[in-house]
Amino acid sequence: MKKHWWKILSVCLLAYTFIAGMLGPVPRLPLLQETIRNLYFHVCMWFSMMILFTVSVVYAIRYLRTLLPKYDRASRLYAGTGILFGLLGYSTGAIWASYTWADPNIPLLDSFSTIARDPKLIGAAVALLVYAAYMVLRDSINDIDKRARISAVYNVFAFVLLFPAIWILPRILPSLHPGNEGNPALDVKNDISSSMRIVFYPAVLGWTLLGVWITQLKIRLKKLEDKQFES
Amino acid sequence: MKKIALFIIAILTLNTQTLFSQAPKTEMAELMRSDGRIYVVIAVILAILTGLILYLIRLDRRIAKMENEK
Repeated sequence: MKKHWWKILSVCLLAYTFIAGMLGPVPRLPLLQETIRNLYFHVCMWFSMMILFTVSVVYAIRYLRTLLPKYDRASRLYAGTGILFGLLGYSTGAIWASYTWADPNIPLLDSFSTIARDPKLIGAAVALLVYAAYMVLRDSINDIDKRARISAVYNVFAFVLLFPAIWILPRILPSLHPGNEGNPALDVKNDISSSMRIVFYPAVLGWTLLGVWITQLKIRLKKLEDKQFES
Repeated sequence: MKKIALFIIAILTLNTQTLFSQAPKTEMAELMRSDGRIYVVIAVILAILTGLILYLIRLDRRIAKMENEK
């Protein structure tokens, strides 16, 4: 039970997010209305993705320093879960945008062409494609050591590319997406209200721990597979 | 006899009056029907969360079992 405390914490935080996220007080804003509660779900996906990619790049660097295959395995699987969370963030954002950004007077598909040009969306798509290329690159190399080394180096590049793609470029260009100035969601004074913050931060932790849990299961399974392959 | 008949009629009319005056409301399960039934949504998303978590716990146990066999 000692090893599992963080899994229990994750479940408790997520249950809290779901209940307090639906019932808790939120600021009354035009256009957003109740959809502001999506902050606890949509934004948390991107936060978790960023944390999981950071863990992945840390393992990639540790692999390059030690050349131990277990680090390569962890790096690959954390990146995979990161992509999953990114895709979830993208699809939830698409639903949210179609009911807040899209002009209700014209068909949804027509306003889609305007929404899809938003720099934040393109940046996020580029970031996810870069990580998708990481997976393709890995699978295209047959030699195990070469595969691990090249993909670890590429992982570092992919992580560096995240910064212009999702942090810098979308902020220079005009965007419909909120959070262009300062530190969105982390600025205590000017950003989200305190009643939302007490749900949002636990939510980020809960979702991230859930991602770590899923990745841990995948790592353990992969380890067993590799052992079976060797014997 | 007339008095009894009047009495019965009076009771019947009273009865019907009370029947009509009763508002058609059955106060049951108030929580799940209040606030635009948001609690129903909470029940649904908690059910999904529980399902996913139970699935993860099962996977975790099964992998742990495989690890112990080695």
